[in-house]
Amino acid sequence: MKKALEVLRKNTMMFVLVLVFLFFTLMTKGQMFTPLNFNALITQNAYVYILATGMLMCMLTGGNIDLSCGSFVCFIGAIGGICMVTNEMGTGISVLIMLLVGIIYGVALGYVIAYLNIPPWIATLAGYLAFRGWGTALLSANSSTGSIAPFPQTYLKIFSGKIFETAIGVLNVPCLVVGVIVSILVVILNIMTRKNRIKKGYEVNSVLSMIVKTVISVAVIMLFAYKLAYAGGIPTVLIWVVAIILIYQFITSKTTIGRYFYTIGGNAEATRLSGVDTKKIMFIAYLNMAILTVISAFTVIARFQAANSTAGTNYEMDAISACVVGGVSAYGGSGTVFGMVIGATLIGVINLGMSLMGIDANWQKVIKGVVLLAAVVFEILNNKDKTKE
Amino acid sequence: MAKVLLEMKNITKTFPGVKALDNVNLKVEEGEIHALVGENGAGKSTLMNVLSGIYPYGTYEGDIVYNGEVCKFNKIKDSEEKGIVIIHQELALVPYMSIGENMFLGNEQGKKNAIDWDKTYAEADKYLRMVGLAESSKVLVKEIGTGKQQLVEIAKALAKNAKLLILDEPTSSLNETDSKALLDLMLEFKKQGMTMIIITHKLNEVAYVADKITVVRDGSTIETMDKRTTEISEDRIIQGMVGRELTNRFPKREGVKIGDVNMEVKDWTVYHPLYPERKVVDNVSMNVRKGEVVGIYGLMGAGRTELAMSIFGQSYGTGITGTLKLNGKEVTLKNPKEAIKNKLAYVTEDRKGNGLVLTNPIKINTTLANLESISSHKVIDKDKEYQVAEEYRQKLRTKCPSVEQNVGNLSGGNQQKVLLAKWMFTEPDVLILDEPTRGIDVGAKYEIYCIINDLVAAGKSVVMISSELPEVLGMSDRIYIMNAAKIVGELRAEDATQEIIMANILKSGKGE
Repeated sequence: MKKALEVLRKNTMMFVLVLVFLFFTLMTKGQMFTPLNFNALITQNAYVYILATGMLMCMLTGGNIDLSCGSFVCFIGAIGGICMVTNEMGTGISVLIMLLVGIIYGVALGYVIAYLNIPPWIATLAGYLAFRGWGTALLSANSSTGSIAPFPQTYLKIFSGKIFETAIGVLNVPCLVVGVIVSILVVILNIMTRKNRIKKGYEVNSVLSMIVKTVISVAVIMLFAYKLAYAGGIPTVLIWVVAIILIYQFITSKTTIGRYFYTIGGNAEATRLSGVDTKKIMFIAYLNMAILTVISAFTVIARFQAANSTAGTNYEMDAISACVVGGVSAYGGSGTVFGMVIGATLIGVINLGMSLMGIDANWQKVIKGVVLLAAVVFEILNNKDKTKE
Repeated sequence: MAKVLLEMKNITKTFPGVKALDNVNLKVEEGEIHALVGENGAGKSTLMNVLSGIYPYGTYEGDIVYNGEVCKFNKIKDSEEKGIVIIHQELALVPYMSIGENMFLGNEQGKKNAIDWDKTYAEADKYLRMVGLAESSKVLVKEIGTGKQQLVEIAKALAKNAKLLILDEPTSSLNETDSKALLDLMLEFKKQGMTMIIITHKLNEVAYVADKITVVRDGSTIETMDKRTTEISEDRIIQGMVGRELTNRFPKREGVKIGDVNMEVKDWTVYHPLYPERKVVDNVSMNVRKGEVVGIYGLMGAGRTELAMSIFGQSYGTGITGTLKLNGKEVTLKNPKEAIKNKLAYVTEDRKGNGLVLTNPIKINTTLANLESISSHKVIDKDKEYQVAEEYRQKLRTKCPSVEQNVGNLSGGNQQKVLLAKWMFTEPDVLILDEPTRGIDVGAKYEIYCIINDLVAAGKSVVMISSELPEVLGMSDRIYIMNAAKIVGELRAEDATQEIIMANILKSGKGE
């Protein structure tokens, strides 16, 4: 019983996610569970995962945030539109230009925050205002409607297409095959890790818990593969998201630089005196944020198939919410990529569920606000219990 | 015999695990200047905090009788209403507010919720003149020097209608002229009938202003001397301050050979990072040999930590000049990373503030300063990390369920061991230990001393900064005495006694 409670506490958000998903499935009479909505869950929220990954890295350094990313998505969209549509440049070169603009902004922002000690929320508030205005101005200067379209097909294919696309409702075999391959990889990886630990004489969890964990992972992967197979195939954006998540999961958990993000958030001065260039880490956090914002912008423009002035509105808030709901500390020093993914998915499910139920958009915002606050309060109470023990 | 204004009877104050005050008695007569002298941690400040209500009634035992009535203060405001005002050692002024705003902070002039600025500044100017300041009260506090800031603090106290003024080391951050002016001001107030208590380390100040002297040691009042009736020698005060016996609290170090000079600092000068005109380390030269423990003794604020941190990759201070030689070679260490690379380690006095990441586990803290050594191509080998942490846990006998435990949940002594482990893992040749036993219990202290002995036995050099005299005497081969940013003495352990060291410090303050 005690063990069950421990498992529950460690994975609270995951259980909440399952419960919320089931709740909406019931309330929408199964609509939530249809292939198209599985597909929507991924494509509509791709930007959140990408932005929240960058936001996670910023927040780890001490609860620092980036308010400018939403506006910057709009600005990058305008740049992309001007390159690809207005000037009919190639997709490759345009993507490079957009990335370059992102890097320039990231370097400037990182420099201002890390080396001039400007509080991040102020530095990024400036970007929040400026890029919305600049982006809109660029768009209106290049289009009478204030929106630039249509984007070239190659671009759309890379960032919002599907791999091995089939018609909706037809079983897409490659999609299932990919699901099976990934599942097998997960099983092998779990077994290998365990064997390795045993060989080196470390503590391992019980065989049962490993099996349960593996079975759940495989079940989730296969469920998605199966559902997506009926929704036309694997969305390319899913590959982008998964790749980014895996890379950052690796960075945060296995590398020295990832470790420093956590220790700076925990105690910046102790980290500095341990010979770590803490300013450089702060710089990297915001440079990284800008680059991920550009990648996020790629997917957003492709999904809307246009660059317009409202793109990216409130995205920064979505990213921060995803992190906070996913257990990333608002004070820095703790939080995982996995937690953030759960948080982002939870918000995505709530969004989609409420829309399917036809809840008024204003009330949706109220509910999301309450969920956000509840998550933080829960997190703090949960941590308080832990320190008491 | 004048009227007794304040009497503190049998005051006992306990913190978890420590008796800070033990049956303290203090009697202050109206119109006198009463000096409270004693070592760091003797309990002087605690006593004054009890008096001013920072530790509210009920958290201590004993009675405070003020002006004939028993007082039960719950907060500072209560004691201030009675006219007891304390001026703390650390100046508590807001730099970006004007002098006037500062003086009436929390005591705003005018109607409730509406500040009368004309009255504020007029009143403030009035009190400024009383302490001999010609500045307008509209000047920002950051514009005036520390000497004047100290006077503003006094003016602020006067504005609260102080009858009993307590000054906690008022001259610790002042230069000679400012100190003299302040002491003269105290004498002036005395003529006007003000009663004052001054806490100080400086015997020359005591001799200059005090009518009576109470010596506090280890949480007890040792004796009160009346300068008006008896001749008081400095030796007697010093003896009273340090007079405790040295028992066998230090492990013996045998057969450790002291070798060549391992680290040498010459003409080292450091300026304060925020006030670049203030010298915090003044032309210091020192060295430490292989296999040697060198103690640096000094009172708080003497510049010891500043010296150590400026040596450790210039992690403190600006305008650092002087030469640093490690193992005979002159080096310039621009940041902590270079210091670590050159096999120097600085174990901070403030393990919670800048030593450990409390929210992270032992293993992460252990490897933080040398993460590269357990990584290949920037990827951490987590198994190796666990092994390293486990190895040090056993070596230093850190008490914890596992190295996955968060450091924040450990006791002070065990945290200190994790901090030591972290720096031992960087494989340094020279370790600077800043107050290595602060705030930990006697048993853990002994274990830390054993670790220090093991380090020098392995041919490393240890510089131990401490404000505990017995510890410095018990552990060091050689002792530097630091006071007011300077090294004022160097003694071999066998020549040193507590009296000699204290005398060195107290006299050095007098010379100038």
